[in-house]
Amino acid sequence: MTAPTISTDIVTSSEDPFGPEVLHDPLPFQARLREAGPVVYLPTYNVYAMGRYSDVHAALTDWQTFECSAGVGLSNFRKEKPWRPPSLLLEADPPFHNAPRAVLSKILGARQLHTLQAQWATDADDVVDALVSSTLEFDAVPALAEAFPLRVFPDAVGIPHEGRERLLPYGDHLFNAFGPENALVQRGAGTIGEISGWVNDQCARNVLTPGGFGAEIWAAADRGDISHEQAPTIVRSLLSAGVDTTVHALAAVLYALASNSEQWVLLQSDPNLARRAFDEAIRLESPVQTFFRTTTRDIRVGGTLIPQGEKILMFLGSANRDERRWQNPDAFDLTRDPSGHVGFGMGIHQCVGQHVARLEAATVMAALLKRVKTIEVNGPVTRHLNNTLRAWESLPMRVTLK
Amino acid sequence: MQLIVRDKYYQTDDLVSVVLSRTDGGRLPDWTPGAHIDVFLPNGLARQYSLCGDPWNTDNYHIGVLGALESRGGSRFIHDELKIGSVVGLGGPRNNFALTPSKTLLFVAGGVGITPILPMINQAEQMGISWRLLYLGRNLASMAFRDRVERFSDRVTLHPGDELGRMAVSDWIGAPRDGTKIYVCGPERLLTTVTEHCADWQMGTVRAERFTARKFDAPLRSGSFEILMAGSGKVIRVLPTESMVAALRSAGVNTLTSCGMGICGTCEMSVLSGVPDHRDSILDEDERLAGNCMFPCVSRSLTDRLVLGL
Ligand SMILES: Cc1cc2nc3c(=O)[nH]c(=O)nc-3n(C[C@H](O)[C@H](O)[C@H](O)COP(=O)(O)OP(=O)(O)OC[C@H]3O[C@@H](n4cnc5c(N)ncnc54)[C@H](O)[C@@H]3O)c2cc1C
Ligand code: HEM
Repeated sequence: MTAPTISTDIVTSSEDPFGPEVLHDPLPFQARLREAGPVVYLPTYNVYAMGRYSDVHAALTDWQTFECSAGVGLSNFRKEKPWRPPSLLLEADPPFHNAPRAVLSKILGARQLHTLQAQWATDADDVVDALVSSTLEFDAVPALAEAFPLRVFPDAVGIPHEGRERLLPYGDHLFNAFGPENALVQRGAGTIGEISGWVNDQCARNVLTPGGFGAEIWAAADRGDISHEQAPTIVRSLLSAGVDTTVHALAAVLYALASNSEQWVLLQSDPNLARRAFDEAIRLESPVQTFFRTTTRDIRVGGTLIPQGEKILMFLGSANRDERRWQNPDAFDLTRDPSGHVGFGMGIHQCVGQHVARLEAATVMAALLKRVKTIEVNGPVTRHLNNTLRAWESLPMRVTLK
Repeated sequence: MQLIVRDKYYQTDDLVSVVLSRTDGGRLPDWTPGAHIDVFLPNGLARQYSLCGDPWNTDNYHIGVLGALESRGGSRFIHDELKIGSVVGLGGPRNNFALTPSKTLLFVAGGVGITPILPMINQAEQMGISWRLLYLGRNLASMAFRDRVERFSDRVTLHPGDELGRMAVSDWIGAPRDGTKIYVCGPERLLTTVTEHCADWQMGTVRAERFTARKFDAPLRSGSFEILMAGSGKVIRVLPTESMVAALRSAGVNTLTSCGMGICGTCEMSVLSGVPDHRDSILDEDERLAGNCMFPCVSRSLTDRLVLGL
C-alpha cells in the first residue's frame, strides 16, 4: 500500500477501499484516510472519499449538494443503467423522495411498532431458550444474528415462508453492487436474476398478509399518499434494506458484548443500557460502512474543490471512529454516549427502519439477559466480505446460564 | 430551537412576510411543501404558519402572516411588535398537507391560504405534474404573492371577489377524473364547498389544510420546569436556556439521541403525567393530544412538572 501523496492541492490515495485486504480489516485504511485530509481523491475509481465525522455528517445532511438519484453506489445512474429499477427512497431526491419517505416513516415509526413488541419479545425468548437448551456453544451468526431477524422481520412485512432463504443472498448482492464490479459482485451475478424475481414477486399486493408493513404500504396507495405503481418498489425497500443490515448489527453487538466481559457485566447490572449498547455497537462496527453521493454543483470541502457531477464516497464507519469526534473511539464502552453516530446515516435519508432494528436488538438482548450469565467468544471469528457491509461469517460463542 | 427575524416586509396592507433563520446560523430542519411551523412568540403565544419559501434554502424560513381581524394576540404581535432581530421559538416543521403523487393537481387557495400552495406549485413543476391554480381573494390588492404565480398565467385563475362576484368553484374543478388531486386551503366555507363537490370522488382526492389554531392544554411557559423520573424518583430541573436532553445528560441520565432536531424519533420518552410542549416534527395532532410520549431533544413542558417513564 502506498501512503497518500499530495498533488497540487488535492490529496490522492492509490489504495483500493474495496480490495480484499481493506475489506478484511478496514480500520488501518480508514485511519490513514482521516489523517490524509477532509477529502481524498481515489484515482482507482475516480471518486472523492470522506472519512472524518464532521465532513461525512455535513455531506449526509446536505442533500441539496450531495444527491442520491445518481445512485448511492459507485455507478453513476446518469451514465450507466442501474442493475435494478432504482429505490424510490434511497436512490431518490426531493421532491420525488418526499411522499414515499412520509409513508414509510409513519408505518415504521416507533409508536406503530408497539403492537409488535410483545410478540417479538416472545419470539426472542423462544429463539434463545431453544438455543441454550440444546447447546451452550454455538455460532452466533446463524444461531442468533440470522435466526431472529429471519423469524420476525419477514412476518412483520407480511411475506410467505416459502423462499425466505433468498433474502440474505439478495441483500448481500445488493450491498455488494453499491461497490465496484469486483469478484464479490461477480460471485452473486449468476443467481441474482432468479432471486430478484422472487423478491419482486413478494411485493405484490395479493402475496402480502393483512396488517403487515407491506399491506400498510398498499393501503397508503389506496389513500393516494403514494401511487399504486410505487407500492411494490417501496415494499422492496424493506426486503432490501431490512434484513442483512440487522443481521450484521446483531452480530456486532453480540461480538462486542462477548469480547468485553466487563461491559456485559455492566449491562447485566443495568439492563436499561441495552439501547445504548446496540447504538454503541452500530457506532463501533458500522454494519453499513459506506455510501456514495453525487455532487450537484462545484463544492469546496476543506481546501479541495470537488466539481459538479462527481461521486463522493462517504465512510460512515470511519466517521464513527474519528478521534476528532469520539474519545477512545475504538473502545466498546457503555459509559459513552454514542448519540449522533452516523451508522444509520443522517438527514433526510437517515435509516427509516432504525426503530425496527432497535426493537429487534432490544428484544434479543432482553432474552439473553434473562437466561445467560456469562458470554464469551470461543474461537476465531470470521468476517464475510461485502463491498458495503461490515459483515460476519462466523462468531463462535460460549455461554453459561443463570 | 431559537430563530431570529432576518427580514420583515409587507406584501399587502395586511399580510406581512417574515424571514427567519437560526440564531446560531446553522442549517434549518428540512421540510417539504405543505409544511407549517409553530412560532413561539415572546408574548407567550404559539401560532402556526405555513412555510412558503423554498426547501432548497436551508438558511431561511419564509412565512406570510395575515393580520387577523379579531386577533387574540398572535398575528397582531407579529405585525406590530416583532422586529428584525427579534427571537422566536420553533416547533416542527410538520406536514399534514403534503403533496402526493398525482397525474394532475388542482390548487384552490382562498386569501392567505395561498402560503402553503406556493412551494407546492414549484414541486409540481419539478415533478412535471400538470396543475392549475384557483386563487380567490377579496380584491386584487389583498391577494399576496401574485408575483410568485404570474409567470404561470395560463394555469392560474385569479378571482378577486369585488370585481368578479362569487366564483363557481365547482365549475372550475369540474367532473371527477382519475389521478387528479385537489389541494385546498382557505376559509372554512371554501373547504366545505370543495369537499362537498368532490364527495363521490376517489378516497384521498381532496386534501384540505385548515388554518384553525392548534389547542394547547395549558398556557405556554417560559420558565424552568422539573422532570421526575418515575423509576428512580430522581428530580431534574430544566432551565429555560437548556434542552431537556441537556438537563438529563448533565444529571447523568443516559439519553440516546440522533438528529437532535425532533425528526428521527430516537429519543422518544413516555410521559406518565404532566403536559408536554411538543416541538417535534413527528407526532400528529392525535398523538400530541394523547400526550403520553415526547421527544426531549426539542420538546419541553407546559406544566411545572413532567413525570417520565425513566
Ligand atoms: C397548519 C396551520 C397553518 C397556518 N398557516 C398560516 C399562514 O401561513 N399565514 C397566516 O396568516 N396564518 C396561518 N395560520 C393561522 C395562524 O396560526 C393564526 O391562527 C392566525 O395568525 C391568527 O392568530 P391570532 O392570534 O392573531 O388570532 P386568534 O386570536 O387566534 O384568532 C383567529 C381567529 O379566530 C377567531 N377567534 C378569536 N377568539 C376566538 C376564540 N376564543 N375562540 C375561537 N375563535 C376565536 C377570530 O375571529 C380570528 O378570526 C395557520 C394555522 C394552521 C393551523
Ligand atoms: C441495524 C440495522 C440497520 C442499519 C445499520 C441501517 C443503515 C442504514 C443507513 C446507513 C441508511 C442511510 C443510507 C444513506 O443515507 O445513503 C439507511 C437507509 C434506509 N434503511 Fe436502514 N439500516 C438498518 C436497518 C434497516 C431496517 C430494519 C429497515 C427496514 C425496516 C431499513 C430500511 C431502510 C430504508 C428504506 C432506507 C432508505 C431511507 C431513505 O432513503 O429515505 N433499514 N439504513
